[in-house]
Amino acid sequence: MKILDLSAGDRDFLAEVESRSGQNLKTCYQCGNCTAGCPYTFAYDIPVSQVMRLIQAGQREMVLNSKSLWLCASCQSCTTRCPNEIDVAKVMDVCRHMARESGCVSERTTKLFTDAFLQSVETHGRAYELGLMARYTLKSGRFFDNIALGPTALLHNKLSFKPHPIQGKEQVARIFERFRKGE
Amino acid sequence: MRIGVFICHCGSNIAGTVDCESVVEIAAGFPEVVYATDSMYTCSEPGQEGIITAIHEHNLDGVVVASCSPRMHEPTFRRAVERAGLNRYMFEMANIREHVSWIGKDKAHNTNKAADLVLMAVEKLRRNRPLVAKSFTTVKKVLVIGGGVAGIQAALDCADGGLDVVMVEREQSIGGKMAKLDKTFPTIDCSSCVLGPKMVDIAQHEKISLYACSEVESVSGYVGNFSVTIRRKATYVDWTTCTGCGLCTEKCPSKRSPDPFNEFLGTTTAINIPFPQAIPKKAAINPDTCMKLQKGKCGICAKVCPVGCIDYEQQDELVTVEVGAIVVATGYDLFDWHKYPQYGEGRYPDVITSLQYERLLSASGPTGGHIKRPSDGKEPKNVVFIQCVGSRDRSVDRPYCSGFCCMYTAKQAILTKDHIPDSQSFVFYMDIRAPGKGYDEFTRRAMEEYGAQYVRGRVAMIYPHGDQLIVRGADTLAGTQVEVPADLVVLATGVEASQGAVKLGETLRVVPDQFGFFVESHPKLKPVETNTAGVYLAGACQGPKDIPTSVGQGSAAAAKALGLLSKEQLESDPAVSKVNVNRCVGCQKCIDTCPFGAIKAVTDRMGRLKAEVIETVCQGCGICTVTCPQGAIQLEHFTDNQILAEVNALCPPKMNNVSFE
Amino acid sequence: MAKIAYYPGCSGQSTSVEYDLSTRAVCRELGLELVDLEDWSCCGSTPAHTVNHVLSAALSARNLALTEQLGMDLVTTPCPSCLSNLRTAAHKMEDADFRAKANALLDTPCTKQVTAQSVLQVIMEQVDPELIRAKVVKPLTGLKLACYYGCIMNRPPALMQFDNHEHPMVMDNLMTMLGAEVVPYPLKVECCGASFGVPRVDIVTKLAGKLLDAGRELDVDAFVTACPLCQMNLDMRQGQINSALQEKFRIPVFYYTQLLGYALGIDRKELGLKKLCVNPKPVFNKLKETAQAS
Repeated sequence: MKILDLSAGDRDFLAEVESRSGQNLKTCYQCGNCTAGCPYTFAYDIPVSQVMRLIQAGQREMVLNSKSLWLCASCQSCTTRCPNEIDVAKVMDVCRHMARESGCVSERTTKLFTDAFLQSVETHGRAYELGLMARYTLKSGRFFDNIALGPTALLHNKLSFKPHPIQGKEQVARIFERFRKGE
Repeated sequence: MRIGVFICHCGSNIAGTVDCESVVEIAAGFPEVVYATDSMYTCSEPGQEGIITAIHEHNLDGVVVASCSPRMHEPTFRRAVERAGLNRYMFEMANIREHVSWIGKDKAHNTNKAADLVLMAVEKLRRNRPLVAKSFTTVKKVLVIGGGVAGIQAALDCADGGLDVVMVEREQSIGGKMAKLDKTFPTIDCSSCVLGPKMVDIAQHEKISLYACSEVESVSGYVGNFSVTIRRKATYVDWTTCTGCGLCTEKCPSKRSPDPFNEFLGTTTAINIPFPQAIPKKAAINPDTCMKLQKGKCGICAKVCPVGCIDYEQQDELVTVEVGAIVVATGYDLFDWHKYPQYGEGRYPDVITSLQYERLLSASGPTGGHIKRPSDGKEPKNVVFIQCVGSRDRSVDRPYCSGFCCMYTAKQAILTKDHIPDSQSFVFYMDIRAPGKGYDEFTRRAMEEYGAQYVRGRVAMIYPHGDQLIVRGADTLAGTQVEVPADLVVLATGVEASQGAVKLGETLRVVPDQFGFFVESHPKLKPVETNTAGVYLAGACQGPKDIPTSVGQGSAAAAKALGLLSKEQLESDPAVSKVNVNRCVGCQKCIDTCPFGAIKAVTDRMGRLKAEVIETVCQGCGICTVTCPQGAIQLEHFTDNQILAEVNALCPPKMNNVSFE
Repeated sequence: MAKIAYYPGCSGQSTSVEYDLSTRAVCRELGLELVDLEDWSCCGSTPAHTVNHVLSAALSARNLALTEQLGMDLVTTPCPSCLSNLRTAAHKMEDADFRAKANALLDTPCTKQVTAQSVLQVIMEQVDPELIRAKVVKPLTGLKLACYYGCIMNRPPALMQFDNHEHPMVMDNLMTMLGAEVVPYPLKVECCGASFGVPRVDIVTKLAGKLLDAGRELDVDAFVTACPLCQMNLDMRQGQINSALQEKFRIPVFYYTQLLGYALGIDRKELGLKKLCVNPKPVFNKLKETAQAS
């Protein structure tokens, strides 16, 4: 268990999260309402109200290395019910941005899926599900997770074998390019 | 004139950012100033003595003190100069603290501004005239609005102190919210057992007149002489003959009348007496549910009444009383918890408020004191209490703490165990607020001796699952989400100002804050006074508070009223408007614009219309002086010349030798 | 016919193709002419906003700009994720600084304010309920339904501004109007597992399993949804849920447009009923029985 030295908390971390999310985290009085409503708590390593507490305490490492950030679905249960009107889902999202930027990836498959999805959009202009799945499966090595779905999806003609790229796919590709350049 | 100027340091409050010695030097050169000095704390005894001594030694006939806001110490210094033999209105204050030293740190700038303000005060003082207050008699009677425990205490103390009391209560019976409680914390006293005798005292006290089922309609007049119109609502029962025997309620066939005393759990009869210890113990008919009044059918109560006191033709009655002081004790109401859709918005009958739970616990309640689920009447095993529903919550505009919910929740958890020994109570809390005597120990008893499981965290949602309700919350101390299958959920609902309080405030000219609670004169030092002379506050209408504090405030308000009315006569403020009859042309514009109705039309000896100020009602707002096209009406102590003198001091007119006198 | 810009969304081309089909059929029947955005692109869905908010806004804003080019200021979409992204982008771009940042990534900047609304909201607000009632030829009488709205269609309320955010009733009311019996479903806005079906299928089986269980407790004949991901997690993955939880759920999951279309008498082919994974036959049998009995 980590013993915290409160005077050594990273104030910059708190300031950065507050600035990027536009939320005043000092208004969080740790009531736990967010954790109470979060359907993903069972899968988290740190419950969301504790993530908020750790940000308040400037614990950059602990927050950015948590799995919880990657397993948040932005379902808005927390944001909707927070008595201090904090957009908690946004704070989690921002921390995930910061985790990605720092190279802290504690949920590999989620990141791979995200990347595969965005790759597909960048290439075709839209998410082409079969291609996305192929790329993901290759990179993650998880062949068996959704293998049961294959027959079902194909049986009901839900997946197209060919991507349908849009005319403006280069326009979309440029969005990604400019974004990467700007970073 | 021989004016003395006193510059206060106020410790470092003023001296920290104002060069007081320089201001003294500058002031010494002002017109008609013969003496200027500074002092550390002018309002202190030595400070005041210094002024008095200076007045005598230097033969001063006017004093300027440059210090804090007049709201702070104008009365103090006025009394001081009066002690020295001067008229108290030959005194002016320059506010160089709130208006100078507290708003900026630039010393040079501040010193300049302070000097300017002193000059303004001096120039005004040079135009001041001595004013003499008039005296008027007061009515030795107090109006108490609200018959809850605070109002009851205020009424009894006033009456015991020798004043007549008129108590007006909106509901059918006095007792307020305390009468609805089963037991009270931290002693677990039976609420009606301790309140009952006081309620009876109200009914029997020779100096107290009780108007229940009545509301204050209008108030006019001024401190010491208020004229109040009370609307006595029709009860359709003659309360002078009704004995409260209750036969009518037994026979009434209309049984679906809403039951506000029991917090709308269950229903009552159209003609009813709200509870056994009601004072007055008289029946009243709810006209919306009475078949006779709605459809002309029935009439059974009139037939069975042994004294024939039912009167279906009864009308509202207006009564006017004259009182010298008013105590407002209108209490509180519960926050509308339906604003939490995640708790069901009223869809789930087994989610109830704390007050509804009190009625379930009470032997005179709808279930005879047995805790039963409203949905199926079964006894609950798992009872979940949720604190802070509508308190400490910005998202529903209720950021404040309601002060007593932690305490009554602990009480309810204890009582639940008493009533149902194999029950399990869960209390979801954020913090425990238990500041009174024996309070914290009481909450610990709930946890340690009565097995209530306290869980630190809020509840995100409640939803039905079969017969039960799943309460999903958080245990932040254990660091996870928790779920409890509840048989009954009790919401510790936050409190707000009583319904209709804000409107009543308008009638009384008492200001509500943004949440509807009445604003006291000073949050620390004047908790029971308002900015309207003669109107006092007591109890939860001033802010959420528990019973001992409400009782304390009731006595405090009574003390204020007794003090006010103990003198033979009161002094009126002489800084009121005055009409120069030679200039008045009788246009009556001032009469129309006066917001207080303080000016009346009179005819002079020649039969010409003139305006005349009712000095005791005039509040000194000055609107009439601006309105009058002739400049015939002037506000004493704030005349046009006096004010313009200040303006000229600040902005000297470009033309020389022009005077506005 | 009222014209309205239409943003189909990526899943409408594949895993939720029946939602797109039935939406188009129903809108046509109710007098709403859907004008597809020319060459629309992916809004970025969840992945984009978990990487960067400017990127996410830009991907959405390209489509807002397309709406602008059509000369319209309202675009409708059947997918709540697309809706959330479009609305978030529009809202964030009210701030001039953010707008500049997002537009810097685009070929064609988005200059005007464009509003996005769900097809459900458009139907409820722009179509006279009497018209719908009058056109019902096959009422859903006899059906017991659970309306499941999903987590983001109505949340957060300040952003989505549609229906009650804890107990939405729009779909319930619509189905009731069509003659069905709608149960008071307790988990209307509880998340189904969203896009974790691929990377963390265990999360979806658990959360979606809870939803199915709550529906089974209330003895429903079918679920009604308004979100491609919700429908997929409950329907296509019902087999996976059964395996993971050792369960035997067999509850059909419809899109509300499919049931609405059916009630309005639209041809089955246009409603994509064959694409539903859990066989909806029992539902239609029940409807037939009830119709015959009366």
